[in-house]
Amino acid sequence: MYTTDLSGKVKGKAETAVAEDPALVAAFEARVANDEFIEPKDWMPEAYRKTLVRQMSQHAHSEIVGMLPEGNWITRAPNLRRKAILLAKVQDEAGHGLYLYSAAETLGTSRDEMTEALLSGKAKYSTIFNYPTLTWADIGAIGWLVDGAAIMNQVPLQRTSYGPYARAMVRICKEESFHQRQGYEIMMHLAAGTEAQRRMAQDALNRWWWPSLMMFGPPDDKSPNTEQSMRWRIKRDTNDELRQKFVDITVPQAEAIGLTVPDPALKWNEERGAYDFGEVDWEEFYAVVKGEGPVAKERMQARMKAWENGAWVRDAARVHAEKRAAAKLAAE
Amino acid sequence: MDALATYALRLGDDSLILGQRLGEWCGHAPALEVDLSLANVALDQIGQATHFLNLAGALEGEGRDGDKLAFHRDVMDFTNCVLVEQPNGDFAQTIARLFLFAHYQELLFTALTASKDTQLAAIAAKAVKETAYHATLASDWVVRLGDGTEESRARMIAGLDWMWRFVDELFVTDEVDAAALKAGVGVDKAALRAAWDQRVDAVLAEATLPRPAARRPVLGGRSGRHSEHLGHLLSEMQFLQRAYPGATW
Ligand SMILES: [Fe+2]
Ligand SMILES: [Fe+2]
Ligand SMILES: [Fe+2]
Repeated sequence: MYTTDLSGKVKGKAETAVAEDPALVAAFEARVANDEFIEPKDWMPEAYRKTLVRQMSQHAHSEIVGMLPEGNWITRAPNLRRKAILLAKVQDEAGHGLYLYSAAETLGTSRDEMTEALLSGKAKYSTIFNYPTLTWADIGAIGWLVDGAAIMNQVPLQRTSYGPYARAMVRICKEESFHQRQGYEIMMHLAAGTEAQRRMAQDALNRWWWPSLMMFGPPDDKSPNTEQSMRWRIKRDTNDELRQKFVDITVPQAEAIGLTVPDPALKWNEERGAYDFGEVDWEEFYAVVKGEGPVAKERMQARMKAWENGAWVRDAARVHAEKRAAAKLAAE
Repeated sequence: MDALATYALRLGDDSLILGQRLGEWCGHAPALEVDLSLANVALDQIGQATHFLNLAGALEGEGRDGDKLAFHRDVMDFTNCVLVEQPNGDFAQTIARLFLFAHYQELLFTALTASKDTQLAAIAAKAVKETAYHATLASDWVVRLGDGTEESRARMIAGLDWMWRFVDELFVTDEVDAAALKAGVGVDKAALRAAWDQRVDAVLAEATLPRPAARRPVLGGRSGRHSEHLGHLLSEMQFLQRAYPGATW
């Protein structure tokens, strides 16, 4: 998830300030083409570093902002078991954010810098989290569809060219598939429940289906950075390929529990061995990327508030650690 | 409910309400690491609540399970101590509540592992490890905040001040406690006080914080006399079960 490039075009080699040694560039490209992992101390082109920091921090921010729509239901989870599962899930997402920030820090950008970029609106996060969670079924829909789409995006990244990112992805993917199953299980339960619960489940699918398809990013012909990212093995499949895969896997899951995917154009294509499906509302997608999602303001406000209200706590921890270090030094 | 069932119910209610309160922080904590640790404590408390409440329901023998007890009682039937239902306030207030409670809970669970009721003893044996971590976590924060900046110190003092009037209730022995104690099932809570004082004083000293002055205790949670805060907590927690009677989730 969240790995889709949501910014404009990265500066290419020609535009970077300092010309890079062609021999180094060639050696780097050869290593990547050979599927070797690039490690933090290895030489890498500046544009590669920048693209990675942007993609990884965007992914980390998405994990963190993504805690909000689900956190919205922790206090209202319908029973003790669901409450515990949801708490554990949102805690996992915080952990994902932490691994990803740590992995991104190996490229020389600090977590505080990345956080500032998020709060100033400079850095992006997945568009999906700018939609509200209105009913309990949304918790099912998010696990099933949003974590499901995340897995689709992230499984190939376990083989991404940057070592620390690939290793973070291995850990994360295991947990995401757990989340996907739990989400689907919620939906299955609701779909087999009372009339009111069934309605809740269908309504959640209706609202989350299209935003989930948007998670794979713009169509390939409008995805400016895809080609370079694929050459660098930062990305391993195109947006449209992943979107198709998601539809093909998810539609039968909806049918299995008696829910209807809200797309009149959806149809099995025997020849392609895949579903044909309707056009995503790209106007809405670009508006949400620009920060015009229905609850984008609430999400940023919540992150801002947590950051600002927490400043005195972080200061205290730092000052206390300094006092301890000074006392220890004096004692030696 | 008889005394033993009520005894388990009280333990479950304490954990449930504290877990519910800590869950409110999720996604809003001062740092990512804090989000992780608060969620962790909340998760442990909800797990403990599930075990204790299921046991209370089984002992009662009227077909109520943990969910029925958690989601279908009103304020006057909740038996948690008033401390755990206190609002989160700022981070210092949240830490003050956890600090005072977790040390009590760790001492209590330690003693409870010797209970003649094997189920209670087994739940306590698992929970005591969790709650030892909670006590350490909270103590570390009390020290950091108390001996941090001027602001954090002032906030930590205010947080402890808010919570202090609810401490005595933790150690009160009423007829339920007396009956459980007599049966070899419960813990002599009054006997835990000295150890609790010692632990709390040691942490406060390390944090360079004054011990709050003794004050008139607020009591009554065990018999359903709560603060105004509990009703709001329940209305949020119980919303789905109340809005969709008979549905399962
Ligand atoms: Fe993710
Ligand atoms: Fe995640
Ligand atoms: Fe997830």
